[in-house]
Amino acid sequence: MSPRAAWQLEAMGFRDVYDFANGKVEWILSGLPIEGGGPHYAMAGEVATAESAVTCKLGERIGEVRGRLEGRSDTFCVVLNDQDVVLGRIGRSQLDADPATPVEEVMQSGPTTVRPTEPAAALLDRMAKRKVTSVVVTSKRGEFVGLARREDLERLVARSS
Amino acid sequence: MPKDVDVRQLRKLLEDERTQLIEVLPPDEYEEEHLPRAINIPLKSLNREAVASLDPSSPTVVYCWDDI
Repeated sequence: MSPRAAWQLEAMGFRDVYDFANGKVEWILSGLPIEGGGPHYAMAGEVATAESAVTCKLGERIGEVRGRLEGRSDTFCVVLNDQDVVLGRIGRSQLDADPATPVEEVMQSGPTTVRPTEPAAALLDRMAKRKVTSVVVTSKRGEFVGLARREDLERLVARSS
Repeated sequence: MPKDVDVRQLRKLLEDERTQLIEVLPPDEYEEEHLPRAINIPLKSLNREAVASLDPSSPTVVYCWDDI
């Protein structure tokens, strides 16, 4: 929609026109202030964090990864390639494999992921039904954005309604 | 030719007081949430009359919801 508007403005004589194509979504997901009467359209990407997520890279060995989940509430480790694309996940049961085993040999391929724009309320409902405590959020190119945790989504939805 | 900008470039543009920011979504979506300083001219209403009060020589940024 905005590209057409930008071209239309040029056709009407505007000489310095810009298209912020990622629009409100990119603005909100960047944590920037928004105005209006609401309600706020809460999205999974608003609470997805990579910093506290447990991740590993293709080629790493189970023995290297095992300790990362110890003492954590997370139930899985996200497997990334060198481009940070999500290729799989390793649950606690896979960590019982031989420590020399490469992660790609035991990981569960093609884990369920959602986009940052996923509506938070609907996602929460699905997570509750499936008893899931966190979900992997990726960009449209499959790059890891972070984990959206149920308690963070609940707080976000409560704030937004 | 219109230039694409990301959020970092938009924030830089908004440092210039002359920059005009236009949300082209329908009014109800604008009322719910919009970027600070944005005015609303829905795409369907974007004509010479609607932009008469704007300065065509100033930087002008348009946006909607996302790029999908």
